[in-house]
Amino acid sequence: MLFAVVANRVAMALLTLAGVAVVVFILLRVVPGDPISMMISPGATEADIAALKAHYGLDAPLLTQFWIWIAGVVTGDFGTSITLHRYVTEVLASRLPATLELAILALLVAVLLGGMIAIAGTLMRRTAGETVIDGLNSILLAVPDFIWALALVLLFAVAIPVLPLTGRIDPELAEDFATKFYLAESILTGRFAVAANIVSHMIMPTLALALPLAAVIVRLLKQSLKEAMVQDYVLLARIKGFRELRLVLQEALRNAVGPTLALTGVQFTFLIGGTVIVERIFSYPGIGNLAIDAVINRDFPLIQGLVLLFGLIFILINIGVDFAVATLNPRLRHS
Amino acid sequence: MEHWSPTATISTTDSGPQPPSVAMRLARDPKVVFAGGFILLLIVIAVAAPLVAPQDPLAQNLLAATLPPIGFTDAEPGFLLGTDGLGRDVLSRVIFGTRVSLTVAFVAAGLACLIGSLLGLFAGYLGNVVDTAISRLVDIWMAFPPVLLSILLVAILGTGLHSVIAAIVVIDWTRFCRVVRTETKSQAQMDYVVAARTVGFSRPAILFREIFPNVVPVLIALLTLEMGIAVVVEAILSFVGLSVSSDTPTWGGMIAEGRQIVHEAWWVLAVPLSALFATVVAFNQLGDGLARSLDPVLRR
Repeated sequence: MLFAVVANRVAMALLTLAGVAVVVFILLRVVPGDPISMMISPGATEADIAALKAHYGLDAPLLTQFWIWIAGVVTGDFGTSITLHRYVTEVLASRLPATLELAILALLVAVLLGGMIAIAGTLMRRTAGETVIDGLNSILLAVPDFIWALALVLLFAVAIPVLPLTGRIDPELAEDFATKFYLAESILTGRFAVAANIVSHMIMPTLALALPLAAVIVRLLKQSLKEAMVQDYVLLARIKGFRELRLVLQEALRNAVGPTLALTGVQFTFLIGGTVIVERIFSYPGIGNLAIDAVINRDFPLIQGLVLLFGLIFILINIGVDFAVATLNPRLRHS
Repeated sequence: MEHWSPTATISTTDSGPQPPSVAMRLARDPKVVFAGGFILLLIVIAVAAPLVAPQDPLAQNLLAATLPPIGFTDAEPGFLLGTDGLGRDVLSRVIFGTRVSLTVAFVAAGLACLIGSLLGLFAGYLGNVVDTAISRLVDIWMAFPPVLLSILLVAILGTGLHSVIAAIVVIDWTRFCRVVRTETKSQAQMDYVVAARTVGFSRPAILFREIFPNVVPVLIALLTLEMGIAVVVEAILSFVGLSVSSDTPTWGGMIAEGRQIVHEAWWVLAVPLSALFATVVAFNQLGDGLARSLDPVLRR
């Protein structure tokens, strides 16, 4: 049963990705400005332009271009970036680890922060403390990553200038890495001073991405926890003399976490979408920052590759969440 | 929920009368009053910008560049919130910036709402092939990161206010479509719809006169939230340099300039960012308040 559900999801995902491929391809081809007009020098002749178009395959009929591209994608060949003169797959592979480290760190921070505040709010229920948490959270729920990022710039780069404003790592430290997963690699190889440098660069973008998600987690988890706290099994545990914190952590949390888990998965895709602008603000060298440059330069193959990559990540997360929820929910597991 | 009741005459066109106390309830909700009041104030400021603004928002004065706000050393009395890198008055530019932000909020959110809810109504009510086609389209749309898609669209359409509005509509119709589809589906199961069908109402009549009025409360709350989102998207596009031309003051454009000179003149970033923050929070709180007051389920 579970297998059928997963197979169905994968089929749907492939269909969606194919749709994404068609949409982005058509969108790009109706652009008035093409990449050639962005790269030619003022003195170029008609013949030069034609030669460049032929070089990048932009002179072929649209259907042929689409066919060539899709045939390449299926075999793992996404073409060559027009502005960077490197394989799209190579460019994406070199930039993706930075974004993955940022997004996963932000997810962890959001879950920890949101979880702790939700638990604190549950412990303080029906007190002034809960009113304060609810009031603040209803405002924070409205604030998007873009505003957080710039507010953090004002706070940690101007008012209390303790954090580096741009980049991923100090340039002189970026030399000897075997992989592009700088943070994970520096921690695993025990170079903690380097790791600290990377973390100091990541604090602001991480918080900007994590805080909106944390606010969502606080609202939903706190509501679920409060509902769980009035159930009979919590009452029973309370009669046994368990302390309040233990009631929340051991009894209520386990039963309340399901809806939050599902929502966090969906929101994680929003967080990854948010990396586009947050990476831009902090000049963080991930795929989001790359995407803005690619669009501004009309780098068709790179944009196509990036959009498919984002689409793939989104779909994988959604499938993962469905799977996790189905596995954790006994009713779905046995149906 | 307003159910069709046998005592009401069938010929009545007013199928979804609101309880008379809605206005009262709205007036008593502090969220609606304060947030709504703030947005009304913004509208007045935007309309009366030339009268309210103390200076010409475009007037450059390099001798008076990066003056801090009143209360800091070196401040000049004519410039309440300081000046930017070209000596333009920050307060006046923020005041004129409300025009672009509010235009985008109302036009883009309104159009996204119109298109999204129409498609959602059709998908939810007609079902079958229509529903499958529209739902699949929504899925494909949702697989794009919204910021990337909006930048892509504006890059395609060319910069300018029209492109920004078009981009927001093209991206955010899905929000309305999904909610309205679900809501329509659940409304279509209700007794009053069955009754209307039994007495021989046409399908368009059932959809627009019976079902639609019951979807409106959800829609109004969602529309208000979308206005807040639209304001942020416009700011992001201005920030990346893809919104209106640089000689029109926009909050996002000011934020981008402020980000460049943040170490010399923090107020060039802080002032428009605060305006953006307050506006987004206000739209959100208003949406919350409206949802609570208008939604018959939440009301109970």
